[in-house]
Amino acid sequence: MSALNLPALRWGKPYESLEFQEISHFITGEPVAKISQINGGMIRRDMRHATKARNILRDIPVEDLIAMVKKAGALFETAELPLGDGTQSVDDFVRQQSATTGLPEVLCRSNITKNAFVLKNIEQILDALTRGLDLNILSQGYGLEDRGVIVSYQAQANALGAVLPSNSPGVHTLWLPVIPLQIGLVLKPGSQEPWTAYRVASAFEQVGIPMEAISICPGGHDVGESILAACERSMIFGSAQTVEKYAGNPGVQVHGPGFSKILLGDDVVDDWEKYLDLMVESVYSNGGRSCINCSNIWAPRHTKEIAQALAERLGPIEPKAPEDPESGLAAFTAEGVGKAVWEMLQRDLDESGVTDMTAEYGSRLVEHETCAYLRPMVVHCESPESAIATKEFMFPFASVVECPQDQMLSKIGPTLVGTAITKDLNWIRQLSDATHIDRLNVGAIPTNRLNWLQPHEGNLIDFLFRSRAYQVPEEMLAAV
Amino acid sequence: MSTTEFPSVDVEQLSKEARDQLDQHAYEVVQFHFHESTGCPFWLEKKAEFNFDPLTEVKGYDDIKKFPLFEDEWLRGGPVRRWVPKALSDKPVYVFETGGTTGIPKSRIVVEDHWTDYELFSDTLPDEYFPKGANWLMLGPSGPRRLRLAVEHLCQHRGGICFCIDLDPRWVVKLIKKGWMDHLEEYKKHCIDQAVTVLTAGHDIKCMFATPKLLDSLALGLEERGTSLQEVGITGIFSGGTEFTPQWTRYCVEELLGGPAEESGVYMTPTYGNTLMGLACSKPITAADGYKIAYYAPQPRAVTEVVSFDDPHQVVGYGETGRVKLTTLTKEFFVPGFLERDEGEREKPFATYPWDGVSGVRPYHEFATSTTVGVY
Repeated sequence: MSALNLPALRWGKPYESLEFQEISHFITGEPVAKISQINGGMIRRDMRHATKARNILRDIPVEDLIAMVKKAGALFETAELPLGDGTQSVDDFVRQQSATTGLPEVLCRSNITKNAFVLKNIEQILDALTRGLDLNILSQGYGLEDRGVIVSYQAQANALGAVLPSNSPGVHTLWLPVIPLQIGLVLKPGSQEPWTAYRVASAFEQVGIPMEAISICPGGHDVGESILAACERSMIFGSAQTVEKYAGNPGVQVHGPGFSKILLGDDVVDDWEKYLDLMVESVYSNGGRSCINCSNIWAPRHTKEIAQALAERLGPIEPKAPEDPESGLAAFTAEGVGKAVWEMLQRDLDESGVTDMTAEYGSRLVEHETCAYLRPMVVHCESPESAIATKEFMFPFASVVECPQDQMLSKIGPTLVGTAITKDLNWIRQLSDATHIDRLNVGAIPTNRLNWLQPHEGNLIDFLFRSRAYQVPEEMLAAV
Repeated sequence: MSTTEFPSVDVEQLSKEARDQLDQHAYEVVQFHFHESTGCPFWLEKKAEFNFDPLTEVKGYDDIKKFPLFEDEWLRGGPVRRWVPKALSDKPVYVFETGGTTGIPKSRIVVEDHWTDYELFSDTLPDEYFPKGANWLMLGPSGPRRLRLAVEHLCQHRGGICFCIDLDPRWVVKLIKKGWMDHLEEYKKHCIDQAVTVLTAGHDIKCMFATPKLLDSLALGLEERGTSLQEVGITGIFSGGTEFTPQWTRYCVEELLGGPAEESGVYMTPTYGNTLMGLACSKPITAADGYKIAYYAPQPRAVTEVVSFDDPHQVVGYGETGRVKLTTLTKEFFVPGFLERDEGEREKPFATYPWDGVSGVRPYHEFATSTTVGVY
């Protein structure tokens, strides 16, 4: 597999920069791709032409775009596609993505399925996101509802900017529906994971989606900052600090740590063993890298037993070669990061009332010459006040926290996915009202199993469009 | 212009002559700084710490290695007069600062060095694009900065009048550290607004200094107003900073200026410099040469060397990578070897500058992640 040259795409036009980023296999050091790097000024200049991106997409009927995206989904999942100065089969994609991110190949494959699902089911996804709105109303900006009332949704941006991460290829599902909404895309791919953005763009090109609507902008921090400054609507993936930095900026949708949780109610906790598989899956799926992985399990009692049982299941898991179909742990490929995370954890473990339940299964930190792994970890917290009770890490990690049910909602903090296992109607009402829980699962649903027909972390439609008043005289109603 | 290379010129002979001149100059400058009647209090006191006598044991440039490397921390705090050579004590003295966002800035005294440096630089500017008598815009930092007065002097030296803007770089650094990116954007707009106002007020400005980021923003700002650098009359731009990578230069020429000077009518020359050295000029940049930028210090007043990362006294081979070491040899200021926060590749002499140059200048890789470059 020779290294690919990936140019930047500036409204579809390949741009070969004099500066490149070389990304290599995290174990062998073999070069995997050479990616042209652009600068922030180019983004700002290119954004002057963003109207063209929207207009060229609006020239294509929404139904046609939907059909194209569906076809692109099939190509993304199965085809050998042109990529940079070469081509890429699905197997190439898997190997390349695994090589540069440290994610096991089997997980790369599962993320292909996830992203392809969104593309292939784009009609239903859009139907869910818009709650059944006629998409031509979004296209035209206004239209007549069945009940004879004019509604108007005004696009707030000609192109959506997205500063993408390297850690989990599943997050791309968030921007995939943008093109059929007739809004352009300006993507800064993750430095270690450029693959999904390029492959989706290639699939789009193959089915006839105008590339003039898509930019792929690899580069340094100034590129990300320029995207956020120049795009009227953009999304960024990052740490809690990133979330804080852009809090209150209506033009930026921030996807930070998920702090996803499982809450066991008083009424079910005595049967906790019934939910052990659910807990294991929620913690361990996708190498524990997703924001939808469960990081904390809260229960009013039996927490030590729950933690012990989880540790028995997760503790023995060891890193395996990335191509091993049993491999479930992702490597930390950046130098020193695995060790730094481990040192951070050790400080948290010093706190009284915190017990490392996986200690007896051997060292969690596994260091290799070019990377490090952290084996799954389960800690028990006697009290929700422990710092680690609400923490999240980039590997399969869960703190099992003892907390009375009536205090849970006030102690859990922000929660992207909250699975509450209970039949207590009064508590369900409180959970439904809790604004710090973004996605609520009531019942035995693993946190990682998203129903794609539900909006995720801020509805894309609400973010990209504004519902507003739109009046016309009676005699013009028929023409609307 | 004077940077034209003549193939018939014997570069080796020119290099030897330049080296002889450097040896003589180094000897004279050391005599000046370490003689009780002319030197500054700082070096005269420092002399006591040396295990050699600069007055008798420094006979040429190579002997400068006998001095310990210069530590720029010495420049923090006062009294600033300790840097003023006795021989110049009755002259008006400027003080220029670097850093200072938090804590005490580093200060360097100057009497006329900034004038001399920029007059020499002036000789390298092509009159076609930097016409004599043209007015200038200084689109860079104001306040206690050498650059601000140096550019104004450059303009005046060439017979023009220089317009300036208010730009506080320390506030810019604070905005970045605080993560106030909206404020940063607004401040940048505020600077560009000032520049556009001056450029469109009928002052016949043809030349300018601009930092790379501000040049980028100005070009965009003018285009958003339906005009361009060319349309407002700019023909010559001098800029500087480690952001001047070949790629950035290409972007600048192709997208901000509208092509090479002969097509766009706008000439841009990158420079590399700082408060300690003055400024190094670039060999003319061309697309054919991959927009490679090679800087040459104003020898013998300043010398740049590319030295081994492990041994600051060992110059690397031509084309090899090392850290940039600076030596300043003027009667106002003596810097016997200072390791810059930059690295690059050693370049061969050529006819215009028959001494070593440095290309590919970028932040020193050990500092790169902690260094904020080109913030305004």
